Amino acid sequence: MKNKNLIIAALAIVTFSFASCDNSSNKSDNAGALSGNMAERAYVAPGEHDEFYSFISGGFSGQLSVYGLPSGRLFKVIPVFSQDAEKAYGYNEETKPMLNTSYGFVPWDDSHHPDISQTAGELDGRWVFINGNNTPRIAKIDLTTFETTEIIELPNSAGNHSSSFVTENTEYVVAGTRFSVPVPQRDMPIDEYKGNFKGALSFISVDPEEGHMNLEFQILMPGFNYDLSHPGRGKSHGWFFFSTYNTEEGHTLLEVNASQNDKDFIAAVNWKKIEEYVKNGGGKKMPTNYAHNVYDEKTHMATSTMKKEVVVVDPLEVPGAVYLLPTPKSPHGCDVDPSGEYIVGSGKLSANLTIHSFTKMLAAIENEKFAGDAYGIPILNFEDVMEGTVVQPGLGPLHTEFDGKGNAYTTFFISSEVVKWKLGTWEVLDRKPTYYSVGHLMIPGGNSRAPFGKYLVAMNKITKDRYIPTGPEVTQSAQLFDISGDKMEMILDFPTIGEPHYAAGIPADLLKPNSRKIFKLEENEHPFVAKSEKEAKVVRDGNTVHVYMTMIRSHFAPDNIEGIQMGDKVYFHVTNLEQDYDVPHGISMIGANTSELLIMPGQTETFTWEPKGEGVWPFYCTDFCSALHQEMQGYVRVSPKGSDVSMKWTLDDEWYDSE
Amino acid sequence: MMLCVMSCGTATQENDAQGASIEEPNNTPLGQASVVDDVSAANILQVAIGSPDHTTLVAAVQAAHIEHVLVNAGPLTVFAPNNAAFAKLPEGTVENLVKPENIATLTTILTRHAAPGSYNIEGLKKEARKGRKLYMATGDYLEVTTEGDDVFVGGAKVIASIQTSNGIVNVVEDVILPKSE
Repeated sequence: MKNKNLIIAALAIVTFSFASCDNSSNKSDNAGALSGNMAERAYVAPGEHDEFYSFISGGFSGQLSVYGLPSGRLFKVIPVFSQDAEKAYGYNEETKPMLNTSYGFVPWDDSHHPDISQTAGELDGRWVFINGNNTPRIAKIDLTTFETTEIIELPNSAGNHSSSFVTENTEYVVAGTRFSVPVPQRDMPIDEYKGNFKGALSFISVDPEEGHMNLEFQILMPGFNYDLSHPGRGKSHGWFFFSTYNTEEGHTLLEVNASQNDKDFIAAVNWKKIEEYVKNGGGKKMPTNYAHNVYDEKTHMATSTMKKEVVVVDPLEVPGAVYLLPTPKSPHGCDVDPSGEYIVGSGKLSANLTIHSFTKMLAAIENEKFAGDAYGIPILNFEDVMEGTVVQPGLGPLHTEFDGKGNAYTTFFISSEVVKWKLGTWEVLDRKPTYYSVGHLMIPGGNSRAPFGKYLVAMNKITKDRYIPTGPEVTQSAQLFDISGDKMEMILDFPTIGEPHYAAGIPADLLKPNSRKIFKLEENEHPFVAKSEKEAKVVRDGNTVHVYMTMIRSHFAPDNIEGIQMGDKVYFHVTNLEQDYDVPHGISMIGANTSELLIMPGQTETFTWEPKGEGVWPFYCTDFCSALHQEMQGYVRVSPKGSDVSMKWTLDDEWYDSE
Repeated sequence: MMLCVMSCGTATQENDAQGASIEEPNNTPLGQASVVDDVSAANILQVAIGSPDHTTLVAAVQAAHIEHVLVNAGPLTVFAPNNAAFAKLPEGTVENLVKPENIATLTTILTRHAAPGSYNIEGLKKEARKGRKLYMATGDYLEVTTEGDDVFVGGAKVIASIQTSNGIVNVVEDVILPKSE
């Protein structure tokens, strides 16, 4: 009841100030529209390129979308955690292992927070990482091919939400569990949660050359919910900060039971200390089971390996490694400014934003001034670590990004706005409504030492009437703001896929030169490659048939195959012989219980086909490849089981047979 | 320029006056030929440009503004007369054809040297063996004949086949002219 009154009171105050602010900003908006020409600022002329890439999480689509800024044009949807029939991801034999988990093949996930790899705290544009929330996983996308090349599952986790943010030199990609769970999993009463469930914070190392990920250790924290996290940078490099809620350790009706405490915590983790502890043999090797899936660009194939062990660390065994910073009312966002000094906690139910100081935190630790402990983990005094508050900036704060010019931008879900405020003075400088109920926001490089403070993308949860309606389900809306001036100016409104949770932006010039055009045919090490039409063949092995097929404008080789029998399982291994940019070919077969293949130049992909009936069955190229695309087709003859029709194949009536 | 006026409206006269960011698309009339790509295998146009024996052909292609056709997805087989082939024509023929007023004629002549599909020397021999004529981009059908190991298309001898990223270049010793001319 007390809470409710507080919110109503806050609502009244904010609505009032919001309205008065709006009046004044309307004036400047009008002036801006006339003098600044907003439409032109978002306009990218035909043939011109966007200034920024933005990787916008696909939310419950499980994918990652690539948009240009400022145009808001969608360039690609990169399949990550969900099958994608368009690209055969998770359908072809080569990429099925990417979606393997300890629960078996899982064809979907809820993708959340993309983060681009960094060197010395600045975006280096090598990889983008993103977390799967439901079946806890971290994926790595290669930013030369824009393809998912690695997925690692996280044991002891559930609701992998506080993820996947990188440390200053991409030493680690870090993931925290939202749900605390029994570790190891076991059959036990739910209401014995308190004190028994654990929250795992996972540190996954990233090989600096190849980018391969390895789960180095997990810190087993008290059974709170770990919501979001961000790395220290600059002076705070070596630390990682995690927001928590449900420090009440409720297990039911959390909307009430997890809102009881006046303050929850931001957990500050000195990962360098724990890294050293583990390197010296610290931690416990715990039996477990999780999948590590790696795509090899040379063989064009993924392999899935089940890992059986993980190093777990009890934070109490590493003194000085973990501290708890009291932060009001279920903080969601936990954002670190470019200098690494300020840690912004957005208490979802708090009237104010809380900003902690890293320097003050170190001093408090030095002085050993503790307010108490939680399961033995020292709690610092709120007053000792808190540097400032942004007083009543709006309702329902969620996330903060930075422009590198001393300003911060925070989203407010309930009051549906982005608020610009000043670091150090904590004064509100500007506010702009969003449409509607903004969640995440993104400034390119906004989570790094060096943001590119020109544009801000606000990703909304509610769309309602923003676009021409499409039935009950409408796509999520995003709004682009020009933040180069004193006041934010909305210059574009565009739809997004799934429900974006965060995005990562980077100047296009940093990625464009590295973008791959083709795969070199001579480097193709696929075990079933055919590098020329002369190598095309059909091989029977019992009831299994391997077709080594090639494709080049505008035919398949072979394009007539006989000798397939009912009961056969036919693997079509298809190699695109083209060595020319943007000449993919596709292939699909009538009755195949899978998707098409979409094969890039120099690449080999495989689909399986189990004929359902005798006859002569066609296949064709699915991607309009050339002027003679419609001619790019072929036939497979299927005979009864045991038939004496010999195995033979041809292109242009010059038959070969397997004898 | 029209684009500019439409998109900017009246409010941005200053920008227009400065000539701002919107100009004529910078890739006409080359079209796809303006794409910068040093990774893919060379296409037909790039192969022709790189050949010292085909400077006349390249000049003619450029005069006719059909570069973009030779970089198209195709697939395309181009019968590429070498410089010696053009030199066999009556004196002044080429000089006359590359004049702006004769572009249409030049384009027709060049287009008659292109066939949809991929036919290298081996492929052409198969065409001859099977008695299939070659359908050219102008709609003409050219006869493919062999004499010993040699292959002739429309009477012109093919002396080399080069695989390119978007089709085949067959070097020929003669310009293939229509029978009626």
